[in-house]
Amino acid sequence: MNNFSYIQANSAKEATGIRQATPQAAYIAGGTTLLDLMKAHLEEHPQLVDINLLPFKGIEQTSDGLRIGAMERMSDVGEHPLVLQQYPAVSESLLLAASPQLRNMASIGGNILQRTRCGYFRDAAFPCNKRVPGSGCPAIAGDNHNLAILGTSEACIATAYPGDLSVALAALDAVLTLENAKGKQRRVPVTEFYVLPGKTPQRETVLEPGELIVAVTIPAAAHARRSTYLKVRERASYAYALASAAVGLDVQGGTIRSARVALGGVGTKPWRSPEAEKVLTGAPATEATFRAAAAAALRGAQPRDDNRFKVELAQNTLVQALMKVAG
Amino acid sequence: MTFVLQLVTLQNIPMDTEPKFFETNPTAGVVGQPLNRVDGRDKVMGRAKYSAEFNNLPGLVHAVLKTSDVAKGRITGFDTTAALKQPGVLAIITHQNIPKLAKTPNDAEGKKAIGAPMGYLPLTDDRIHYAGQPVAVIVADTLERAQYAAALLRVQVAAEKPLASYEDPKAQLFDPTKIQDGKTQAHVVRGNAQTAFAAAPIQLTHKYTHAINHHNPMEPGATTAHWEAPDRLTVYESTQGVTRTQKALSTMLGLSAEQVRVVTKYLGGGFGCKGSCWPHTVLTVQAAKFVGRPVKLSLTRPQMFTSMGHREDQTQTLRLGATNDGKLTALIHEKTSTTSPWDNYAESNSKIVNMLYECPNFEASYQLARANVMTSTFTRAPGEAPGSFALESSMDDLAYQLGIDPIEIRLRNYAEKDPSTGQPWSSKSLRQCYARGAELFGWSKRNPKAGATRNGRLLVGWGMATASYPVHNSQGMARARLYADGHAVVQSGATDLGTGTYTVMTQVAAEALGLPVEKVRFELGDTKLPTAPNSGGSVAAGTVSSSVYMAVQDLWQKLIKVAVLDKKSPLYRAKLTDVEAKAGRLQLKANPKKGEGFAALMKRADMADVEGNGQGRYGSGYEDAQAAANADPAKKDEAAHHSMHSFGAHFCEVQVDPDLGTVRVTRWVSVHGAGRILNAKTARSQIIGGSIFGIGAALMEGTVRDQNLARYTNASLADYHIPVNADIPDMTVEFIEEHDPYINAMGVKGIGEISMVGVSAAVANAVFHATGKRVRELPITPDKILGTKAV
Repeated sequence: MNNFSYIQANSAKEATGIRQATPQAAYIAGGTTLLDLMKAHLEEHPQLVDINLLPFKGIEQTSDGLRIGAMERMSDVGEHPLVLQQYPAVSESLLLAASPQLRNMASIGGNILQRTRCGYFRDAAFPCNKRVPGSGCPAIAGDNHNLAILGTSEACIATAYPGDLSVALAALDAVLTLENAKGKQRRVPVTEFYVLPGKTPQRETVLEPGELIVAVTIPAAAHARRSTYLKVRERASYAYALASAAVGLDVQGGTIRSARVALGGVGTKPWRSPEAEKVLTGAPATEATFRAAAAAALRGAQPRDDNRFKVELAQNTLVQALMKVAG
Repeated sequence: MTFVLQLVTLQNIPMDTEPKFFETNPTAGVVGQPLNRVDGRDKVMGRAKYSAEFNNLPGLVHAVLKTSDVAKGRITGFDTTAALKQPGVLAIITHQNIPKLAKTPNDAEGKKAIGAPMGYLPLTDDRIHYAGQPVAVIVADTLERAQYAAALLRVQVAAEKPLASYEDPKAQLFDPTKIQDGKTQAHVVRGNAQTAFAAAPIQLTHKYTHAINHHNPMEPGATTAHWEAPDRLTVYESTQGVTRTQKALSTMLGLSAEQVRVVTKYLGGGFGCKGSCWPHTVLTVQAAKFVGRPVKLSLTRPQMFTSMGHREDQTQTLRLGATNDGKLTALIHEKTSTTSPWDNYAESNSKIVNMLYECPNFEASYQLARANVMTSTFTRAPGEAPGSFALESSMDDLAYQLGIDPIEIRLRNYAEKDPSTGQPWSSKSLRQCYARGAELFGWSKRNPKAGATRNGRLLVGWGMATASYPVHNSQGMARARLYADGHAVVQSGATDLGTGTYTVMTQVAAEALGLPVEKVRFELGDTKLPTAPNSGGSVAAGTVSSSVYMAVQDLWQKLIKVAVLDKKSPLYRAKLTDVEAKAGRLQLKANPKKGEGFAALMKRADMADVEGNGQGRYGSGYEDAQAAANADPAKKDEAAHHSMHSFGAHFCEVQVDPDLGTVRVTRWVSVHGAGRILNAKTARSQIIGGSIFGIGAALMEGTVRDQNLARYTNASLADYHIPVNADIPDMTVEFIEEHDPYINAMGVKGIGEISMVGVSAAVANAVFHATGKRVRELPITPDKILGTKAV
């Protein structure tokens, strides 16, 4: 790890001001992902700006839905009664992630900004277009067992966001509140926050330099109350998803009135599937419908040698998740 | 007292120099009891010092390794400018400036003399042979400064295209003739397996692949090197054998063994990767010489994947011929695996295939391919673990094909003597292991049909497999000193891998001395102590316990001699052979009331302490006819020439999600017959740990080497999965009581490795029973299960 200076910011204005003065500085909250990246020389920052004192706290009902401060910890949010009752998929996505120790440290904002677990990105000895633009992507012809089959490009096939929370947030129409150095706030849906790799896999989100995540707001909805997050991994705990599904259904009289579907572990970003939702909406809540929706969700998949299994796995994961919420 | 000794001569008193084995009742004393770890408190209090924790050495500084990004090439230069400008940087050591060693392993003679695991030492030239190879050692006053300087050091490399494994189409396979550094014959032929196979009514031919596995002990490799004088070196080393490290370092440095002291007080696991002296150790020692200060180096977790060996990537082809009633007629085993540019290393998988079942015809061969990887090395049950995966999976196939219960098929092929040598077993309790394991597991309730048992959506499967591990030849020394006040110190230069050597040796010594365990301190892990073998190949418990036992017997013999010469002793003028030591008391065998405690005798003789030395020998190479005769005079003639093995059986239940491909082990039973068990608690922990190790290999462990760049893509514990608590159910472990008079003085076989033999097959067999799908590629990850739903 390189030498760096450390400063604690007392306000968002102070934090963004420091970032403006030192563009290569980084914000640090729980530090569970940033320090790993720095120790492995994947990121170098001359300065860390501690934002733990920022007042981006609170888990509360608002007229827009549930508002969660970006500085809340994963464990606090995952175990919060409102989240458990109104947004089970969000709670499950948090509590199935990482380990209790990490969940106690990691902030919601930091979780949303996790970086890929692609082995070629995580080892600075490899070429990687995401890390060193133009250096190449050995994963395409190499070990792509864990990598994406949706939204890939010739430059990158990494699951840029490897985590769980944003998959649930993407499914449930969550919106991020961002704040820049001028104190100006803007709202970006999670589905639009992450960008596809295309030719610029180094750019992963629409976050502007210095911009802070202030909060995430999840609208209340019948499909949110009847939602779940199903995660498949190679060991029973403490592993990233091979495939996951966040789904929410509003079923009345056996017919699906509204549906929300997002997949994790298979896309280059948290993969909201309007194709699956279209199949589900208005259809009977049956396994046949769910299978059709799953097929629609994976229709554009581009698997490689090692991750061909993910097409079937993601479909089955989605079907199982839908079966669970359909009851 | 010396006066008395001068008056009486010992000349005519016959001496009982051969202590009788098994004189103590194995169930009566503290040996075998579930004693808590004697070092447990120090460990949880943080007082146990591991090899990277000797931080009070004067002027201690820190070294880190700079390793190669590419797997093949030539170093054309270094740009040290930025790194050397950093404050606190003391040295950047490369092949260009490193002091020359007296010997390196780069030639066959040097490798043998050093006992090196790898025929190449980094920093001896400009070549790069594997990704992760050290290319420089950076020394600085703090760890962080050394790490940062290493990051700033630029290595200029002319990269070449590497070869990643035997699977590369360009790989050149060759017949190594011998494997394991020439220790093991690659070709073994018994009977005529080809003809017998061709004639067999049942013929099974299957390929089994095993992923690369890394040992990943909790404590990484670590070295703290301290030159106390120009010709006197002390090394605190994370090793399974201080003596082997001492030999390697002294040979490389051109010093005598006496000038090199190696200390390993505590070890945070090894599993074989710490069984040899790897390059980072001598590089640290050279760095300490270079900067003239004590130097500490800890490998990082990613470096652990390219510094201390691994279990090699391998394919086995097993051809099994059998009669229609399930009797084996032929076994033909072929193994193909990757080795390094220099060494012919392969685990000897075929050994267990040759000896586990009665089969008149057997043939084994090996093929290797050189690739740009470091040399692989022994990994817990080297050969037996992957070999048993192939054999025990095929035995399961045979059982299903013939509609015979998997236990019954094994009983039909039960080997009454060792098929590979024709020798009788020194002891074998495998029948009891099957029976007891089946009882504990409820095997009789098994549905014989595969894919037919469900728990809701989940498929339920039961599988079992046989375990066996040899008793290797080994010997070692111990010293016991008994103080007149009733305390004792017992020493042997052994290693405690974390599995309980401190504890069990304390028990053995306490029982032999007749002292409470609190009065006995056992010391280990130092070349200043009597030489013990490497803790590897499951030999430590058997060898060290025997040497401790023998050392205490030696001590008693010395005291008995004093007693029979002491006019005030009730044993005065008794024949030495008529006197025994029991529970700390010296007494006449014929009349135990006549005798006295050691304390009274030593007080009269003005002896502050008495010391004994003992040699423990272990394995068939040291089989002692007298030892067997002592245990059972009727067996005197048949003593010697036994085949010595532990045996056991694993039973496994899995639940498989046919949609998601996940396999979870939900029940586990292991029953072993492994000679005398020294501590019921630590032994149980060993078996649990080994079984979990095996479940990891079966279901999730695998290091992935990029086939184009020959570099690992998951060299971290986040991405190389080992089981977590949630993967492991409650486990049932039992031992069959076994008294083996031939093995060694204590009748101990050792349990470090048998615990994982057969485990992956038991899991795979359970997966087959659950799904009807036979997976022959480890690990059994969800991608290999998917598609089973239709079955």
